[in-house]
Amino acid sequence: MARSLKKGPFVDAHLMGRIEELNRKNEKKVFKTWSRRSTITPDFVGHTISVHNGKKFFPVFVTENMVGHKLGEFSPTRTFKSHGGKTKKAVTK
Amino acid sequence: MARIAGVDIPKDKQAWIALTYIYGVGRTTSREILQKAQVGAEIRMKDLTEEEVTRIRNVIDKEYEVEGDLRRSVTLNIKRLMDISSYRGLRHRRGLPVHGQRTHTNARTRKGPKKTVGARSKK
Repeated sequence: MARSLKKGPFVDAHLMGRIEELNRKNEKKVFKTWSRRSTITPDFVGHTISVHNGKKFFPVFVTENMVGHKLGEFSPTRTFKSHGGKTKKAVTK
Repeated sequence: MARIAGVDIPKDKQAWIALTYIYGVGRTTSREILQKAQVGAEIRMKDLTEEEVTRIRNVIDKEYEVEGDLRRSVTLNIKRLMDISSYRGLRHRRGLPVHGQRTHTNARTRKGPKKTVGARSKK
């Protein structure tokens, strides 16, 4: 179920503060955050944010298209090392 | 023979079923359309007057996104997800289920027919 519009988008306060501070000073600086749950608002556009993926910080450059998504969507938490290497040999045999 | 929203030519069926032959129109939307066009839902398509068909056509043209336009907007949405490399976009790229279903087993609709990887045989 979608979130009630009455509440507006959720952004962690500390993250919002950080963004506002950078916007006020008009600078772009990469900074780290654990707040994967925060919605990307238009204020974020143009910033690069390092989003924690459980292990490392994954740099995310925020573009206009990303507004409305959550930060966590852009920092993959799983790695998939492919199966195979066998298939090639099976084919040549 | 009624041509509505491009190519679709349903006939002999009740109007509300016939309209569902259009991509993007299901039973609910179909009923809505007929209501707005003020056409009886259970009248057969062939029994509609030309004027009634035009009314239906106008309602669809004005208020609904169907067929080509709808298909285009769907692919554009998917493409957008892929371009911003969001999690959902990545799943689309790999042809895996997007909504968090299990992939240990099943998920055959997205993954397609089984490809056996098989244990490597000793030579």
